[in-house]
Amino acid sequence: MAKKEILSPLPGTFYRRPAPDQPPYKGEGDAVAVGDVVGLVEVMKSFNEVKSEVAGRLVRFLVENEEAVMAGQPLAELEG
Amino acid sequence: MAIRTLLIANRSEIALRIQRAARELGIRVVQAHSAADRDSLPVRLADEAVEIGPPPAKKSYLAIPAIIEAAEKVGADAVHPGYGFLAENGEFADACEVEGLVFVGPTGDTIRAMGDKVEARRLAAEAGVPTVPGSAGRIHELEEAREVLERTGFPVMIKAAAGGGGRGIRVARDGDELARLWPQARAEALAAFGDGGLYLEKRIERARHVEVQVLGDGHRVIHLFERDCSLQRRRQKVWEEAPAVRLDPAIREKLCAAAVRLAERVRYKGAGTVEFLFDEASGAFYFLEMNTRIQVEHPVTEEITGIDLVKAMLEIAGGAPLPFRQEEVGVRGHAIEVRINAEDPARDFAPHPGRIASLELPGGPGVRIDAALFAGYEVPPFYDSLLVKLITRGRDRAEALARLERALAELAIGGIPTTAGLHRLLVRAPEVRNWDVHTDWLEPWLQSNRQKLA
Repeated sequence: MAKKEILSPLPGTFYRRPAPDQPPYKGEGDAVAVGDVVGLVEVMKSFNEVKSEVAGRLVRFLVENEEAVMAGQPLAELEG
Repeated sequence: MAIRTLLIANRSEIALRIQRAARELGIRVVQAHSAADRDSLPVRLADEAVEIGPPPAKKSYLAIPAIIEAAEKVGADAVHPGYGFLAENGEFADACEVEGLVFVGPTGDTIRAMGDKVEARRLAAEAGVPTVPGSAGRIHELEEAREVLERTGFPVMIKAAAGGGGRGIRVARDGDELARLWPQARAEALAAFGDGGLYLEKRIERARHVEVQVLGDGHRVIHLFERDCSLQRRRQKVWEEAPAVRLDPAIREKLCAAAVRLAERVRYKGAGTVEFLFDEASGAFYFLEMNTRIQVEHPVTEEITGIDLVKAMLEIAGGAPLPFRQEEVGVRGHAIEVRINAEDPARDFAPHPGRIASLELPGGPGVRIDAALFAGYEVPPFYDSLLVKLITRGRDRAEALARLERALAELAIGGIPTTAGLHRLLVRAPEVRNWDVHTDWLEPWLQSNRQKLA
């Protein structure tokens, strides 16, 4: 099974939920299709959706919620 | 007791602005900073720097325990919060007081009273300050809104009681729209502020945003005249002037007196701003809100009055009475500030962090730059996009405008897109030159000038 990664399109702060009181976009073990939103990256107070460019099963997140990320940094690992 | 060591719990240009004021007063400066700001100018220039957490603001500039701990570690006797972050957080002001630290600003109670927009409106009305016709208090059900509408009519604005800074505002043009927007506004207010309370206000069309700078020592309050901040994009100010253009002297006197009455009503301490909507056609003005902090656009007031507001804040926080009497505050000339942001006007003002490859700043007569930049500086993605405040002063508005146009031509920021080009267009726009603008003027203008911004 091939390993794939979802990369952060922008530098900023990564969030797994659309809002603090809402469930995460995706959990570990969930199926991810191309175009699915897996999180948000906040850049200078503007929020950008992170859409997956690959499909598969989400094995694990590689960064914590609300952690600083760089552009191109792997956010999550997929298989399949 | 005068402040000896000051912890600055903010970053970028305002951190440097506070350092400069503190240094002139002989105060030792300690700069609190996140891991992302280790190489910033305020950190380099401070007497001492203390790291308070990782890059995201929630874990550093908004982390109250980390900041209090840092203040104790470095032996600070006072904390200046700047603007944004914890500047209008009553709990932070209280936490400082509990730990024996001077919070440079008003009391936690004043911050909370003015932070609650419904309470602020009530206090304004009590102080005889005109407010926009609307609900007397917070309302929860749409049925209660119906009677308010008899007084306001449409269009009407739905605002969050706990909101501010233009966030969470919706405009309803008829009853159907109100019914549709009401639940949305309530859910959003609850999610954003943890408080679903709403209130209604009549929408004043084509209004200008005029605000009065006040300074208090907890007993007496003076004003430092007004600013006009009518050029706004998404309710964020992009260009500010002082004094307000074409303001009738009799109205100016009433406006400034109203601001002083409200600040006196809460025994205001420190620098604050009372914001109004001004209807130029009728000459009426209406209280909007009071900001209990130093504001981004404070330099235009400093330029026309010759008074250093941040120094006055520090002196007052150190226990001194107001350093000026009202009669000693006068206006000379005209000043304009433009905010140059790390945003790309060609891509709908998308924020754009990155490295400042080259930097040429303007100078000469009547030009002031408030910024914390240098060539090679990496603008981090974690905070707001303000890069440079360019302020020009002239003996009148025409000279301030000419200097602004000249200074914008000298300015060159290389490496990342900025909004400098927007200001080069605005400074030549006839509506701006004639100040034929209002708070909703800029956005449609941007739409029709899209090609020029690309």
